[in-house]
Amino acid sequence: MSVVPTRYRRTRQDRVLVTPEGISVPVTVASRGARAGALILDFVVILVLMGLTTWGLIEIAGGVSGIDRNLDQKNALGHALQFLVILWVVAMFLFRNAYFLFFELGPRGATPGKRIVGIRIAARDGGRLTAEMVIARNLLRDIELFLPIVFIMQAGAESGMGWLAATGWLAIFLLMPLFNRDGLRAGDMIAGTWVLERPRQKLEAAMSVGSPAPVPAEQQPDAPRAGDTRRHYRFEEAELAVYGEYELQALERVLRDDRSHSLENVYQTIAHKIGRTDGWNDERTFLEDYYTQLRARLEAGMRMGRRKADKFSGTQG
Amino acid sequence: MNLAGLFSNSGLPDSVAAIESAALRSDRFRLEREADWQRLEAIVSRMEKGRLRRLSDEDLLALPGLYRTVASSLSIARETSLDAATLAYLEGLVQRAWFVVYGPRSSLWDWLRGFLGGGWSAAVRTIWLDILVALAVMVAGTAVGWLLVAHDVDWYHALVGGDMAGGRVPGATPEALRRTLFGEADRNGMSLFATQLFSNNSQVSILAFALGFAFGIPSLLLLIHNMAMLGAMLWLYNGAGLLVDFAGWLAVHGTTELFAILLAGAAGLHIGRALAFPGNRPVLQATAEAGRRAALVMTGVVLMLIVAALLEGFARQLVDQTFGRFAIGGFMLTLWCAYFFAFRGNRGKVRSA
Repeated sequence: MSVVPTRYRRTRQDRVLVTPEGISVPVTVASRGARAGALILDFVVILVLMGLTTWGLIEIAGGVSGIDRNLDQKNALGHALQFLVILWVVAMFLFRNAYFLFFELGPRGATPGKRIVGIRIAARDGGRLTAEMVIARNLLRDIELFLPIVFIMQAGAESGMGWLAATGWLAIFLLMPLFNRDGLRAGDMIAGTWVLERPRQKLEAAMSVGSPAPVPAEQQPDAPRAGDTRRHYRFEEAELAVYGEYELQALERVLRDDRSHSLENVYQTIAHKIGRTDGWNDERTFLEDYYTQLRARLEAGMRMGRRKADKFSGTQG
Repeated sequence: MNLAGLFSNSGLPDSVAAIESAALRSDRFRLEREADWQRLEAIVSRMEKGRLRRLSDEDLLALPGLYRTVASSLSIARETSLDAATLAYLEGLVQRAWFVVYGPRSSLWDWLRGFLGGGWSAAVRTIWLDILVALAVMVAGTAVGWLLVAHDVDWYHALVGGDMAGGRVPGATPEALRRTLFGEADRNGMSLFATQLFSNNSQVSILAFALGFAFGIPSLLLLIHNMAMLGAMLWLYNGAGLLVDFAGWLAVHGTTELFAILLAGAAGLHIGRALAFPGNRPVLQATAEAGRRAALVMTGVVLMLIVAALLEGFARQLVDQTFGRFAIGGFMLTLWCAYFFAFRGNRGKVRSA
């Protein structure tokens, strides 16, 4: 996520979710690519688990040839082997059906694959994610994926209409997330859930308080050091009135990125616009002071109910 | 804005100095609350990493309060602050805390208790109409299977697959058919077979449920197909004069298994109906509500299939005569009906879970 809050960053995947407290929280719908990646990762995990279990049980049973010979015997060994095979059938069933349930019902609401790509499931109405939702969305996975894939593999292309039907089916369900805005698959629709990006955002130091971010020497050898000798710039009301919130956010971004080239560009633009030249060779300090005072002015206006969206809009009463 | 009234006397600060002092206001706001935000972030981070054990009780108790504090901080910051970094941080933090606070709260175990103690039977009762429809379809399917085979024996092979039929084909002697019903006590690997069957049947029921997504029609077709198979077999055993014995053989587990398939089909139909006739609600909302009810029923269906597999694998081998088999099957049917339609349970507790 970038530094810019969502309301300044309208992309096609941003949605607003209203929590039960009535607070609107901007969320980002997980991209289809991330979800496909998570699914593939989960399948890999499931296959590895299945393989390890099978291998482990065969090891316990003492090799495949031994199983064949001893399975039908009516002695303790035969019964023990039967038990192992039952264990295997149950384990396969659980891996296939309970894997997603178990992980999505946990506090993290995500399978290992989803966690790796940084997405998770949530209730679409902003309320609690309930066990029923998780169960419903995972039961549907069977017809979306497993069933048509198994059918296609069994039937093969030569079965004509049947193969065509299964492929069409797979296409419809597999591609369903492509046909709606929120990337919902059939299971999400049934359950009332959606898959969202998990936000990761560190609290960054405020630009207007404390010392400015240290500038790495190798990046900016000519930059003047900010220190005791820091100059202070004062801007008149008229000089601040030319810009609005949009430009303020842009300026903040430039200051945080801290690249000498863009700092200089922005300085040129602003200095030209307000007709000042005294910040020459001291662009960063100049811009920091301009940022602080512009923000102060705009926030004061906000408290009075006057907002200025960008340089083109006048203050709204 | 309503704030304008509060400050109308002070007016806009004219001098730069006044702006400076006011400028700090949003930063003061932030500095005053930063500790709370960071504490919430620490708690949420630990919960996201799954380290619930290491969380102290105080932190857990403080979580809902902190969540509300930070949420209100966000509301205020949106109206008073233009610090993009702070806003982005708060938005992210509120979202993460919302995930945790409104995540799945009940552990699987708590949920299961509420589910068995009334949640399941309540869910079954709410889809009674779909159950009736599915029942009618199943009865019709059985009749169709019988009539088709009675009309033309070739239908038997179409309805009952080769590996499913085994020795149970038209033209088999009554003795051979009788052997499929009795004397399984010394067959081996039966428990194995039951487990396999359970896995298979669960998949079939999940299918019947999931197919409800296509307006419920495939669910009904699946029910008809399965019951037509049963009807065909009934006809076969009737021809050999073994109808009652076959019914007993089937009743041991069939009352449970067929009930489970009935519920699965009804659950699928319930979703299909909500999709086709959402009423006054938006179609997605109606589908989601129906889907959650149906999911409850379906979880129960899987449990019922486990019971059915146990009965089939063990009880049927132990009880080798028709009357005893009817007794077990009838008992199970009564038990399920009583549990679903007479047992009210602790519904209040279930709803809150």
